[in-house]
Amino acid sequence: MAKITFITSDEQRITVEGFSGSVMALAVENGIKGIDGDCGGVCSCATCHVHVAPEDVSKTREASEIETDMLELDDHTDQYSRLSCQLQISEDLDGVVLRVAK
Amino acid sequence: MKKSEIPDPFAAQRSKCGYETIDDQNDPVTMLLRHKDVRKTAHNYKTFTSETVPGRIVVPSEVNIRDTRQIPFEMDPPIHGAYRSVLEAWFKRPNNADYQEALTTMVSSIIDEMLAKESLEVVNEFALPLQSRALTLLLNTPFKESETWISWGTHVFRSEGEALDADKANVLYDYIDRELDRAIANPSDDLYSVLMQSDFDGRKLSKEEAKGVMVLTFAGGRDTVINAVTNAIAYFADHPESLKRLRKEPEIITNAVEEMIRYFSPLTHMGRVVTEDAQVCEHAAKADSRVSLCWASANRDENVFENPDEIVLDRKINPHVGFGFSHHNCLGATHARQIMRILLKELSEKIGSIEILDLKENIEQWGRFQRKVGYHKINVKFNAITP
Repeated sequence: MAKITFITSDEQRITVEGFSGSVMALAVENGIKGIDGDCGGVCSCATCHVHVAPEDVSKTREASEIETDMLELDDHTDQYSRLSCQLQISEDLDGVVLRVAK
Repeated sequence: MKKSEIPDPFAAQRSKCGYETIDDQNDPVTMLLRHKDVRKTAHNYKTFTSETVPGRIVVPSEVNIRDTRQIPFEMDPPIHGAYRSVLEAWFKRPNNADYQEALTTMVSSIIDEMLAKESLEVVNEFALPLQSRALTLLLNTPFKESETWISWGTHVFRSEGEALDADKANVLYDYIDRELDRAIANPSDDLYSVLMQSDFDGRKLSKEEAKGVMVLTFAGGRDTVINAVTNAIAYFADHPESLKRLRKEPEIITNAVEEMIRYFSPLTHMGRVVTEDAQVCEHAAKADSRVSLCWASANRDENVFENPDEIVLDRKINPHVGFGFSHHNCLGATHARQIMRILLKELSEKIGSIEILDLKENIEQWGRFQRKVGYHKINVKFNAITP
Protein backbone atom coordinates (compact mmCIF):
# COMPACT_ATOMS: atom_id res chain seq x y z
CA MET A 1 0.00 0.00 0.00
CA ALA A 2 1.20 3.52 -0.77
CA LYS A 3 -0.15 6.91 0.23
CA ILE A 4 0.25 9.33 -2.62
CA THR A 5 -0.36 13.07 -2.39
CA PHE A 6 -1.33 15.16 -5.41
CA ILE A 7 -1.15 18.95 -5.45
CA THR A 8 -3.43 20.33 -8.15
CA SER A 9 -3.03 23.60 -10.04
CA ASP A 10 -5.48 25.28 -7.64
CA GLU A 11 -3.23 24.25 -4.73
CA GLN A 12 -5.48 21.52 -3.36
CA ARG A 13 -3.63 18.71 -1.59
CA ILE A 14 -5.31 15.34 -2.00
CA THR A 15 -3.89 12.18 -0.48
CA VAL A 16 -5.11 8.83 -1.80
CA GLU A 17 -4.15 5.24 -1.16
CA GLY A 18 -3.22 2.80 -3.87
CA PHE A 19 -2.22 -0.83 -3.97
CA SER A 20 -1.26 -1.64 -7.54
CA GLY A 21 -1.42 -0.33 -11.09
CA SER A 22 -0.16 3.02 -12.25
CA VAL A 23 -0.27 6.33 -10.41
CA MET A 24 -2.13 7.77 -13.42
CA ALA A 25 -4.93 5.20 -13.07
CA LEU A 26 -5.16 5.93 -9.33
CA ALA A 27 -5.40 9.66 -10.03
CA VAL A 28 -8.11 9.19 -12.66
CA GLU A 29 -10.12 6.90 -10.34
CA ASN A 30 -9.98 9.59 -7.69
CA GLY A 31 -10.81 12.42 -10.06
CA ILE A 32 -7.56 14.31 -9.52
CA LYS A 33 -7.95 17.50 -11.51
CA GLY A 34 -5.45 17.90 -14.35
CA ILE A 35 -4.61 14.22 -14.74
CA ASP A 36 -6.61 12.99 -17.70
CA GLY A 37 -4.68 9.90 -18.76
CA ASP A 38 -6.24 10.13 -22.21
CA CYS A 39 -4.29 7.28 -23.81
CA GLY A 40 -4.90 4.95 -20.89
CA GLY A 41 -1.24 4.70 -19.94
CA VAL A 42 0.71 3.75 -23.07
CA CYS A 43 2.99 6.81 -23.03
CA SER A 44 1.41 8.52 -26.01
CA CYS A 45 -0.41 11.60 -24.71
CA ALA A 46 1.44 13.21 -21.77
CA THR A 47 -1.84 14.20 -20.07
CA CYS A 48 -0.65 12.58 -16.84
CA HIS A 49 2.45 14.75 -16.38
CA VAL A 50 3.48 15.38 -12.75
CA HIS A 51 6.42 16.97 -10.96
CA VAL A 52 7.81 14.79 -8.19
CA ALA A 53 8.67 16.72 -5.00
CA PRO A 54 12.50 17.06 -5.03
CA GLU A 55 12.86 15.22 -1.72
CA ASP A 56 10.82 12.27 -3.08
CA VAL A 57 12.72 11.67 -6.30
CA SER A 58 14.61 8.76 -4.71
CA LYS A 59 11.28 6.95 -4.24
CA THR A 60 10.74 6.71 -7.98
CA ARG A 61 12.56 4.52 -10.44
CA GLU A 62 14.37 6.03 -13.37
CA ALA A 63 12.33 7.02 -16.42
CA SER A 64 12.69 4.99 -19.61
CA GLU A 65 14.03 6.57 -22.76
CA ILE A 66 10.57 6.60 -24.32
CA GLU A 67 9.21 8.51 -21.34
CA THR A 68 12.15 10.93 -21.31
CA ASP A 69 11.79 11.61 -25.04
CA MET A 70 8.12 12.33 -24.55
CA LEU A 71 8.80 14.71 -21.64
CA GLU A 72 11.54 16.49 -23.55
CA LEU A 73 8.89 17.78 -25.93
CA ASP A 74 6.52 19.07 -23.26
CA ASP A 75 6.54 22.80 -22.52
CA HIS A 76 6.28 22.39 -18.74
CA THR A 77 8.99 19.81 -18.18
CA ASP A 78 11.64 20.24 -15.51
CA GLN A 79 14.13 17.88 -13.86
CA TYR A 80 11.36 16.52 -11.60
CA SER A 81 8.93 15.69 -14.38
CA ARG A 82 7.44 12.23 -14.81
CA LEU A 83 4.53 10.71 -16.67
CA SER A 84 2.45 9.22 -13.90
CA CYS A 85 1.30 6.35 -16.14
CA GLN A 86 4.87 5.12 -15.95
CA LEU A 87 4.99 5.23 -12.13
CA GLN A 88 3.91 1.86 -10.79
CA ILE A 89 2.39 1.86 -7.32
CA SER A 90 4.41 -0.04 -4.74
CA GLU A 91 5.45 0.48 -1.13
CA ASP A 92 8.49 2.37 -2.44
CA LEU A 93 6.22 5.22 -3.47
CA ASP A 94 4.62 5.59 -0.04
CA GLY A 95 4.50 9.24 0.99
CA VAL A 96 5.40 10.64 -2.41
CA VAL A 97 4.14 14.14 -3.23
CA LEU A 98 3.31 14.90 -6.87
CA ARG A 99 2.44 18.29 -8.27
CA VAL A 100 0.13 18.04 -11.26
CA ALA A 101 1.77 19.75 -14.24
CA LYS A 102 0.03 22.54 -16.15
CA MET B 1 -1.72 -10.79 -47.44
CA LYS B 2 -4.77 -10.49 -45.24
CA LYS B 3 -7.48 -8.21 -46.52
CA SER B 4 -7.39 -5.99 -43.47
CA GLU B 5 -3.68 -5.41 -43.67
CA ILE B 6 -2.50 -1.82 -44.07
CA PRO B 7 0.96 -1.86 -45.60
CA ASP B 8 3.60 0.73 -44.77
CA PRO B 9 4.69 2.29 -48.07
CA PHE B 10 7.20 4.60 -46.37
CA ALA B 11 9.51 2.01 -44.77
CA ALA B 12 12.35 2.02 -47.30
CA GLN B 13 12.49 5.79 -47.72
CA ARG B 14 12.17 6.33 -43.96
CA SER B 15 15.25 4.28 -43.21
CA LYS B 16 17.21 5.45 -46.27
CA CYS B 17 16.72 9.21 -46.07
CA GLY B 18 13.85 10.13 -43.77
CA TYR B 19 11.95 12.49 -46.04
CA GLU B 20 10.43 12.82 -49.47
CA THR B 21 9.28 15.88 -51.38
CA ILE B 22 6.01 15.56 -53.27
CA ASP B 23 4.05 18.01 -55.36
CA ASP B 24 0.65 19.33 -54.32
CA GLN B 25 -1.01 21.85 -56.62
CA ASN B 26 2.38 23.52 -57.29
CA ASP B 27 3.00 24.03 -53.58
CA PRO B 28 5.38 21.12 -52.84
CA VAL B 29 5.48 19.41 -49.48
CA THR B 30 8.40 17.63 -47.89
CA MET B 31 7.01 14.70 -45.96
CA LEU B 32 8.95 13.92 -42.78
CA LEU B 33 8.91 10.19 -42.20
CA ARG B 34 10.76 9.49 -38.94
CA HIS B 35 9.09 9.43 -35.53
CA LYS B 36 11.71 11.67 -33.94
CA ASP B 37 11.64 14.31 -36.69
CA VAL B 38 7.85 14.29 -36.82
CA ARG B 39 7.52 14.90 -33.08
CA LYS B 40 10.29 17.52 -32.91
CA THR B 41 8.87 19.41 -35.85
CA ALA B 42 5.32 19.24 -34.51
CA HIS B 43 6.58 20.72 -31.26
CA ASN B 44 8.56 23.55 -32.88
CA TYR B 45 5.71 25.83 -33.90
CA LYS B 46 7.95 28.87 -34.20
CA THR B 47 9.86 27.48 -37.17
CA PHE B 48 7.03 25.27 -38.44
CA THR B 49 3.83 27.27 -38.23
CA SER B 50 0.18 26.34 -38.50
CA GLU B 51 -0.81 29.99 -38.66
CA THR B 52 -0.59 30.67 -42.37
CA VAL B 53 -3.10 31.16 -45.19
CA PRO B 54 -6.20 29.11 -44.19
CA GLY B 55 -6.06 25.66 -45.78
CA ARG B 56 -2.35 25.72 -46.61
CA ILE B 57 -1.21 23.34 -43.86
CA VAL B 58 -3.62 20.71 -45.10
CA VAL B 59 -2.36 18.28 -47.74
CA PRO B 60 -3.88 18.36 -50.32
CA SER B 61 -4.01 22.11 -49.82
CA GLU B 62 -7.46 23.64 -49.28
CA VAL B 63 -6.30 27.17 -50.08
CA ASN B 64 -8.47 27.30 -53.18
CA ILE B 65 -11.64 26.04 -51.55
CA ARG B 66 -11.90 27.88 -48.25
CA ASP B 67 -11.15 31.19 -46.52
CA THR B 68 -12.44 30.29 -43.07
CA ARG B 69 -9.63 29.73 -40.62
CA GLN B 70 -10.14 26.52 -38.65
CA ILE B 71 -9.76 27.21 -34.94
CA PRO B 72 -7.67 26.37 -32.93
CA PHE B 73 -6.09 24.18 -35.63
CA GLU B 74 -4.72 27.02 -37.77
CA MET B 75 -3.35 29.19 -34.95
CA ASP B 76 -0.02 28.99 -33.13
CA PRO B 77 0.66 29.32 -29.41
CA PRO B 78 0.07 31.34 -27.35
CA ILE B 79 -3.27 32.32 -28.93
CA HIS B 80 -3.83 28.68 -29.90
CA GLY B 81 -3.72 27.77 -26.21
CA ALA B 82 -6.18 30.52 -25.34
CA TYR B 83 -8.70 29.15 -27.84
CA ARG B 84 -7.99 25.62 -26.76
CA SER B 85 -8.68 26.41 -23.11
CA VAL B 86 -12.10 27.78 -24.07
CA LEU B 87 -12.90 24.46 -25.78
CA GLU B 88 -11.12 21.93 -23.60
CA ALA B 89 -13.86 21.24 -21.05
CA TRP B 90 -16.51 20.75 -23.75
CA PHE B 91 -14.36 18.35 -25.75
CA LYS B 92 -13.53 16.33 -22.62
CA ARG B 93 -17.24 15.59 -22.00
CA PRO B 94 -16.84 12.12 -23.55
CA ASN B 95 -15.08 11.14 -20.31
CA ASN B 96 -18.39 11.57 -18.43
CA ALA B 97 -20.39 8.47 -17.54
CA ASP B 98 -23.69 9.74 -19.01
CA TYR B 99 -21.98 10.54 -22.35
CA GLN B 100 -20.55 7.03 -22.47
CA GLU B 101 -23.90 5.49 -21.62
CA ALA B 102 -25.59 7.36 -24.46
CA LEU B 103 -22.81 6.38 -26.84
CA THR B 104 -23.04 2.75 -25.75
CA THR B 105 -26.75 2.75 -26.58
CA MET B 106 -26.01 4.12 -30.06
CA VAL B 107 -23.24 1.64 -30.78
CA SER B 108 -25.17 -1.28 -29.41
CA SER B 109 -28.28 -0.50 -31.43
CA ILE B 110 -26.45 0.00 -34.74
CA ILE B 111 -24.66 -3.33 -34.26
CA ASP B 112 -28.04 -4.97 -33.66
CA GLU B 113 -29.38 -3.36 -36.84
CA MET B 114 -26.44 -4.80 -38.79
CA LEU B 115 -26.84 -8.24 -37.26
CA ALA B 116 -30.35 -8.34 -38.64
CA LYS B 117 -29.08 -7.85 -42.21
CA GLU B 118 -27.99 -10.54 -44.61
CA SER B 119 -24.97 -8.36 -45.51
CA LEU B 120 -23.97 -4.74 -45.21
CA GLU B 121 -21.60 -2.20 -46.68
CA VAL B 122 -19.58 -1.04 -43.69
CA VAL B 123 -18.51 2.45 -44.81
CA ASN B 124 -21.94 3.78 -45.72
CA GLU B 125 -24.25 1.62 -43.64
CA PHE B 126 -22.26 1.37 -40.44
CA ALA B 127 -19.29 3.72 -40.05
CA LEU B 128 -20.91 6.84 -41.53
CA PRO B 129 -24.17 6.58 -39.54
CA LEU B 130 -22.25 5.71 -36.38
CA GLN B 131 -19.91 8.68 -36.84
CA SER B 132 -22.82 11.02 -37.53
CA ARG B 133 -24.98 9.81 -34.66
CA ALA B 134 -22.06 9.99 -32.23
CA LEU B 135 -21.38 13.55 -33.38
CA THR B 136 -24.81 14.59 -32.09
CA LEU B 137 -23.45 13.79 -28.62
CA LEU B 138 -20.31 15.83 -29.11
CA LEU B 139 -22.33 18.78 -30.39
CA ASN B 140 -25.20 18.13 -27.99
CA THR B 141 -27.69 18.51 -30.84
CA PRO B 142 -30.88 16.51 -31.53
CA PHE B 143 -30.29 12.96 -32.79
CA LYS B 144 -32.22 13.64 -35.99
CA GLU B 145 -29.53 16.10 -37.17
CA SER B 146 -27.45 13.02 -37.90
CA GLU B 147 -29.76 12.25 -40.82
CA THR B 148 -28.67 15.46 -42.55
CA TRP B 149 -25.00 14.73 -41.98
CA ILE B 150 -25.36 11.17 -43.24
CA SER B 151 -26.97 12.53 -46.42
CA TRP B 152 -23.77 14.51 -47.18
CA GLY B 153 -21.86 11.26 -47.79
CA THR B 154 -18.46 10.28 -46.49
CA HIS B 155 -16.46 13.34 -47.50
CA VAL B 156 -17.24 16.82 -46.33
CA PHE B 157 -14.88 18.47 -48.81
CA ARG B 158 -14.67 15.88 -51.55
CA SER B 159 -17.00 14.16 -53.91
CA GLU B 160 -16.52 10.73 -55.33
CA GLY B 161 -13.45 10.56 -57.53
CA GLU B 162 -12.46 14.20 -57.13
CA ALA B 163 -9.79 15.57 -54.87
CA LEU B 164 -11.43 18.75 -53.66
CA ASP B 165 -14.87 20.10 -54.20
CA ALA B 166 -15.74 23.71 -53.35
CA ASP B 167 -19.49 23.14 -53.86
CA LYS B 168 -19.45 20.37 -51.35
CA ALA B 169 -17.54 22.48 -48.84
CA ASN B 170 -20.19 25.19 -49.29
CA VAL B 171 -22.94 22.80 -48.22
CA LEU B 172 -21.15 22.44 -44.89
CA TYR B 173 -20.38 26.17 -44.54
CA ASP B 174 -23.96 27.18 -45.31
CA TYR B 175 -25.27 24.62 -42.84
CA ILE B 176 -22.95 25.87 -40.08
CA ASP B 177 -23.89 29.49 -40.84
CA ARG B 178 -27.56 28.66 -40.43
CA GLU B 179 -26.97 26.77 -37.21
CA LEU B 180 -24.92 29.61 -35.75
CA ASP B 181 -27.62 32.15 -36.69
CA ARG B 182 -30.16 29.93 -34.99
CA ALA B 183 -27.96 29.70 -31.89
CA ILE B 184 -27.59 33.48 -31.82
CA ALA B 185 -31.36 34.00 -32.11
CA ASN B 186 -32.40 31.12 -29.84
CA PRO B 187 -29.53 29.92 -27.67
CA SER B 188 -29.76 26.35 -26.41
CA ASP B 189 -27.25 24.08 -24.72
CA ASP B 190 -25.60 22.86 -27.92
CA LEU B 191 -22.02 23.57 -28.98
CA TYR B 192 -23.02 26.38 -31.36
CA SER B 193 -24.73 28.26 -28.53
CA VAL B 194 -21.95 27.55 -26.05
CA LEU B 195 -19.39 28.92 -28.51
CA MET B 196 -21.38 32.09 -29.16
CA GLN B 197 -21.54 32.69 -25.41
CA SER B 198 -17.87 31.88 -24.74
CA ASP B 199 -15.58 34.51 -23.28
CA PHE B 200 -12.32 34.90 -25.10
CA ASP B 201 -9.66 37.51 -24.44
CA GLY B 202 -12.11 39.78 -22.60
CA ARG B 203 -14.84 39.55 -25.26
CA LYS B 204 -17.21 36.98 -26.74
CA LEU B 205 -16.11 34.66 -29.55
CA SER B 206 -17.10 36.09 -32.92
CA LYS B 207 -19.34 34.20 -35.31
CA GLU B 208 -16.40 33.72 -37.69
CA GLU B 209 -14.34 32.19 -34.88
CA ALA B 210 -17.21 29.91 -33.85
CA LYS B 211 -17.56 28.91 -37.48
CA GLY B 212 -13.85 28.06 -37.57
CA VAL B 213 -14.32 25.73 -34.60
CA MET B 214 -17.39 24.10 -36.10
CA VAL B 215 -15.79 23.51 -39.51
CA LEU B 216 -12.85 21.88 -37.76
CA THR B 217 -15.17 19.71 -35.68
CA PHE B 218 -17.12 18.52 -38.70
CA ALA B 219 -14.21 18.07 -41.09
CA GLY B 220 -11.60 16.72 -38.70
CA GLY B 221 -13.80 14.03 -37.27
CA ARG B 222 -15.37 12.62 -40.40
CA ASP B 223 -13.06 10.58 -42.69
CA THR B 224 -10.83 9.86 -39.73
CA VAL B 225 -13.51 8.28 -37.55
CA ILE B 226 -15.06 6.52 -40.52
CA ASN B 227 -11.70 4.99 -41.48
CA ALA B 228 -10.91 3.95 -37.92
CA VAL B 229 -14.29 2.25 -37.49
CA THR B 230 -14.20 0.57 -40.91
CA ASN B 231 -10.62 -0.63 -40.50
CA ALA B 232 -11.49 -2.08 -37.11
CA ILE B 233 -14.33 -4.11 -38.65
CA ALA B 234 -12.01 -5.38 -41.39
CA TYR B 235 -9.38 -6.27 -38.79
CA PHE B 236 -11.86 -8.32 -36.74
CA ALA B 237 -13.05 -10.08 -39.88
CA ASP B 238 -9.51 -11.35 -40.37
CA HIS B 239 -8.93 -11.89 -36.64
CA PRO B 240 -11.91 -13.49 -34.91
CA GLU B 241 -9.50 -14.63 -32.18
CA SER B 242 -9.06 -10.96 -31.26
CA LEU B 243 -12.80 -10.53 -30.73
CA LYS B 244 -12.66 -13.52 -28.44
CA ARG B 245 -9.66 -12.19 -26.57
CA LEU B 246 -11.30 -8.79 -25.95
CA ARG B 247 -14.39 -10.60 -24.70
CA LYS B 248 -12.26 -12.43 -22.16
CA GLU B 249 -9.91 -9.56 -21.39
CA PRO B 250 -11.91 -6.33 -21.68
CA GLU B 251 -9.23 -4.63 -19.59
CA ILE B 252 -6.95 -4.49 -22.65
CA ILE B 253 -9.48 -2.59 -24.77
CA THR B 254 -7.84 0.75 -24.02
CA ASN B 255 -4.50 -0.57 -25.24
CA ALA B 256 -6.14 -2.18 -28.24
CA VAL B 257 -7.68 1.13 -29.29
CA GLU B 258 -4.37 2.99 -29.05
CA GLU B 259 -2.75 0.21 -31.04
CA MET B 260 -5.39 0.39 -33.76
CA ILE B 261 -4.99 4.16 -33.96
CA ARG B 262 -1.25 3.63 -34.38
CA TYR B 263 -1.61 0.93 -36.99
CA PHE B 264 -4.48 2.54 -38.94
CA SER B 265 -3.22 6.13 -38.65
CA PRO B 266 -6.53 7.47 -39.94
CA LEU B 267 -4.90 10.76 -40.93
CA THR B 268 -1.79 10.13 -43.04
CA HIS B 269 -0.10 13.47 -42.49
CA MET B 270 -0.55 17.16 -41.70
CA GLY B 271 1.50 20.08 -42.99
CA ARG B 272 3.30 23.06 -41.54
CA VAL B 273 4.78 26.13 -43.23
CA VAL B 274 8.46 26.87 -42.62
CA THR B 275 8.96 30.37 -41.19
CA GLU B 276 12.78 30.60 -41.49
CA ASP B 277 15.41 28.56 -43.30
CA ALA B 278 15.88 25.43 -41.24
CA GLN B 279 17.27 21.93 -41.32
CA VAL B 280 15.21 18.81 -40.60
CA CYS B 281 16.71 15.36 -41.03
CA GLU B 282 19.41 16.64 -43.45
CA HIS B 283 16.71 18.37 -45.47
CA ALA B 284 17.21 22.10 -45.99
CA ALA B 285 13.72 23.44 -45.36
CA LYS B 286 13.45 26.86 -47.03
CA ALA B 287 11.38 29.66 -45.55
CA ASP B 288 7.81 29.68 -46.89
CA SER B 289 8.04 26.09 -48.12
CA ARG B 290 5.92 23.31 -46.66
CA VAL B 291 6.77 20.21 -44.66
CA SER B 292 4.39 17.55 -43.47
CA LEU B 293 4.35 15.45 -40.35
CA CYS B 294 3.70 11.96 -41.61
CA TRP B 295 1.91 10.33 -38.70
CA ALA B 296 1.39 7.13 -40.69
CA SER B 297 5.09 6.68 -41.29
CA ALA B 298 6.17 7.72 -37.78
CA ASN B 299 3.74 5.16 -36.38
CA ARG B 300 5.62 2.34 -38.15
CA ASP B 301 9.11 3.54 -37.22
CA GLU B 302 11.03 0.39 -36.35
CA ASN B 303 13.36 2.40 -34.11
CA VAL B 304 10.43 3.07 -31.79
CA PHE B 305 7.98 0.19 -32.23
CA GLU B 306 8.75 -3.51 -32.08
CA ASN B 307 6.93 -5.44 -34.81
CA PRO B 308 5.63 -2.15 -36.23
CA ASP B 309 3.57 -3.81 -38.95
CA GLU B 310 1.58 -5.98 -36.57
CA ILE B 311 -1.38 -5.12 -34.41
CA VAL B 312 -0.27 -6.14 -30.92
CA LEU B 313 -3.56 -5.74 -29.06
CA ASP B 314 -2.06 -5.28 -25.61
CA ARG B 315 0.97 -3.21 -26.64
CA LYS B 316 2.04 -1.63 -23.36
CA ILE B 317 4.30 1.22 -24.43
CA ASN B 318 2.94 2.89 -27.50
CA PRO B 319 4.10 6.47 -28.10
CA HIS B 320 2.13 6.69 -31.33
CA VAL B 321 1.25 9.96 -33.03
CA GLY B 322 -2.04 8.82 -34.50
CA PHE B 323 -3.79 11.78 -32.87
CA GLY B 324 -0.97 14.11 -33.84
CA PHE B 325 1.50 15.43 -31.34
CA SER B 326 2.20 18.38 -29.06
CA HIS B 327 0.14 21.59 -29.00
CA HIS B 328 -2.07 20.61 -31.88
CA ASN B 329 -2.92 17.08 -30.81
CA CYS B 330 -6.42 16.09 -31.87
CA LEU B 331 -9.15 18.12 -30.14
CA GLY B 332 -11.66 15.34 -30.84
CA ALA B 333 -9.45 12.54 -29.54
CA THR B 334 -11.44 12.05 -26.33
CA HIS B 335 -14.60 11.55 -28.37
CA ALA B 336 -12.85 9.32 -30.92
CA ARG B 337 -11.28 7.18 -28.23
CA GLN B 338 -14.66 6.63 -26.57
CA ILE B 339 -16.25 5.65 -29.88
CA MET B 340 -13.51 3.11 -30.47
CA ARG B 341 -13.44 1.76 -26.92
CA ILE B 342 -17.19 1.29 -26.85
CA LEU B 343 -17.21 -0.15 -30.37
CA LEU B 344 -14.62 -2.76 -29.42
CA LYS B 345 -16.46 -3.63 -26.22
CA GLU B 346 -19.84 -4.01 -27.93
CA LEU B 347 -18.45 -5.92 -30.92
CA SER B 348 -16.62 -8.33 -28.63
CA GLU B 349 -19.80 -8.98 -26.65
CA LYS B 350 -22.13 -9.41 -29.62
CA ILE B 351 -20.14 -10.58 -32.64
CA GLY B 352 -18.67 -14.04 -33.07
CA SER B 353 -17.25 -13.54 -36.54
CA ILE B 354 -17.37 -11.24 -39.54
CA GLU B 355 -17.09 -12.38 -43.16
CA ILE B 356 -15.72 -10.07 -45.82
CA LEU B 357 -17.72 -10.51 -49.04
CA ASP B 358 -16.00 -7.95 -51.27
CA LEU B 359 -14.17 -4.69 -50.95
CA LYS B 360 -12.62 -1.73 -52.69
CA GLU B 361 -9.59 -0.24 -50.96
CA ASN B 362 -9.15 3.50 -50.52
CA ILE B 363 -5.60 4.15 -51.64
CA GLU B 364 -4.12 7.62 -51.38
CA GLN B 365 -1.41 8.73 -53.75
CA TRP B 366 1.36 10.87 -52.28
CA GLY B 367 4.01 11.37 -54.95
CA ARG B 368 5.32 7.87 -55.61
CA PHE B 369 3.86 6.50 -52.37
CA GLN B 370 0.57 4.69 -52.39
CA ARG B 371 -0.99 4.45 -48.97
CA LYS B 372 -4.05 2.44 -48.07
CA VAL B 373 -6.03 4.44 -45.53
CA GLY B 374 -9.20 2.38 -45.49
CA TYR B 375 -11.94 1.32 -47.90
CA HIS B 376 -14.24 2.97 -50.40
CA LYS B 377 -16.56 0.10 -49.70
CA ILE B 378 -16.43 -3.21 -47.92
CA ASN B 379 -19.33 -5.62 -47.85
CA VAL B 380 -19.45 -7.93 -44.88
CA LYS B 381 -21.71 -10.20 -42.92
CA PHE B 382 -21.87 -9.96 -39.14
CA ASN B 383 -22.43 -13.25 -37.31
CA ALA B 384 -23.71 -13.15 -33.76
CA ILE B 385 -21.98 -15.11 -31.02
CA THR B 386 -23.44 -18.59 -31.04
CA PRO B 387 -24.45 -19.71 -27.58
